[in-house]
Amino acid sequence: MPQVIAGDGSRIWMLRDRKAQFTRWAAWLVGTIIFLWCWQRISEATEWFFVWDAPRIAADIGNRAMPPRWSYMDKLWAPLWDTLNIATLGTFFALIMAVPVAFLAARNTTPSALFIRPIALLIIVSTRSINSLIWALLLVAIIGPGIFAGMVAIAIRSVGFCAKLLYEAIEEIDAKQVEAIIATGASRWQVMAYGIVPQIMPAFAGIAVFRWDINIRESTVLGLVGAGGIGLQLKGSLDTLAWPQVTLILIVIFATVILSEWVSAKVRGAVI
Amino acid sequence: MLRLEGLTKVYPTGDKALTDVTLDIPDGEVVALIGPSGAGKSTLIRCINRLVQPSSGRAILDGTDITALGSGGLRRMRRRMGMIFQEYALVERLTVMENVLSGRLGYVGFWRSYFRKYPQSDVDEAYRLLDRVGLLEMVDKRADELSGGQRQRVGIARALIQDPALLLVDEPTASLDPKTSRQIMRLIRELCEERGLSAIINIHDVKLAQMFVQRVIGLTKGVVQFDGPPDALTEDVLTTIYGEEDWKETIRKVEGGADDEEEAA
Repeated sequence: MPQVIAGDGSRIWMLRDRKAQFTRWAAWLVGTIIFLWCWQRISEATEWFFVWDAPRIAADIGNRAMPPRWSYMDKLWAPLWDTLNIATLGTFFALIMAVPVAFLAARNTTPSALFIRPIALLIIVSTRSINSLIWALLLVAIIGPGIFAGMVAIAIRSVGFCAKLLYEAIEEIDAKQVEAIIATGASRWQVMAYGIVPQIMPAFAGIAVFRWDINIRESTVLGLVGAGGIGLQLKGSLDTLAWPQVTLILIVIFATVILSEWVSAKVRGAVI
Repeated sequence: MLRLEGLTKVYPTGDKALTDVTLDIPDGEVVALIGPSGAGKSTLIRCINRLVQPSSGRAILDGTDITALGSGGLRRMRRRMGMIFQEYALVERLTVMENVLSGRLGYVGFWRSYFRKYPQSDVDEAYRLLDRVGLLEMVDKRADELSGGQRQRVGIARALIQDPALLLVDEPTASLDPKTSRQIMRLIRELCEERGLSAIINIHDVKLAQMFVQRVIGLTKGVVQFDGPPDALTEDVLTTIYGEEDWKETIRKVEGGADDEEEAA
């Protein structure tokens, strides 16, 4: 900010000069115009009658959804078990695939930063960028509906996530411990087993339970597209307007998620 | 015997860390390497076991040119050079025993080391060494539970279980208190004497170095400036190594009788 000397010789201090002030003012103006224009577009595309009506409808559905139909629970145990299996096995296979990818992607362990690392990063980005629901849609089309499609969808979706967090952990290890193991005359694999693996074990365990936790949530909706699990019951109940069943399913999902949260917190606490 | 011939290291950035270092270190000699930070002390010892690749020159241990070895030969050669580090460089999440046994990695196969099925002779030797460095009751503790001095003792045991001919020691006392520093230096020297090992010890503490070594080498900007017995380290010599400063208090007084027993040992 250039100094401005007032008539009486005192220095006037301003955070921004006139040009910067005008630029900020113009940016705000443009932002406001864009917001109003977008608002108008959305407003045109909205049936406002339904929106004004929403609280009444919500109250109505709420009334009809209460109390939950507890007896429906008999039919939920099996899909709930499927859901847990999808999440757990999906996470398990994802980790098996993620470990080598992470070692190939980490700058300090990759065999070739020029050729192999970009491929590993591509695997990470591509599996991460597609939602598991979309993977499930594709896989249901390819290998047919059911638990297996759901499990594969979860596994593929989780590879990138796990590999990314893991390779970041590998890049952050203490190089001196690795150096010390190399200095003993250890082979490449021994350096990995003694110098690197112990250092990333806590991160690995943390990532595994964290992803398992996320996958429990994700696998509850996979049934919506036919990939098995409790989502199938949810869709059925929604389609038949069986609101008390929907309530029960939501309660069950909520309880499962709370449980998985608790388990992962315990495991993380135990490992670190 | 270790022989360095014209050892030179230029880093890719263009920094000349070592320039034409030529040295002979006979068996059983314990040498202190002193010099200001950035003088190339760390680079020098890392060029010997090739944790750093020298740009030119040779390092010859008992007739074998280390700089010419392929990866398999280098691994076998590294077994003969035990390394001790400034901040111990123990694998923090492994136990004391695992850390000591990791010194045998060059001798055992992958699966044996992976399942921690070391030969009984290695385990016996590990117990002997842990007893020798005074950590027998710490065997099953994790390395990150130990104090600095204890960790360095584990580091020493790890280096010695390699059954080395040479110890490369990088600032062993820089993270330790004065008393522990002396104990560690004494331990290193005693073990060298017991086993007839030669050692190169990078060290900042000139007085401490004088107490425990037979020979001092001064390095400045990658060039050997001084090579002689500890008592030949005068104020003038320290000025050529480190630059202008009042060095009176830094040097051990040669005529002081108290320290002479150290030398006699």
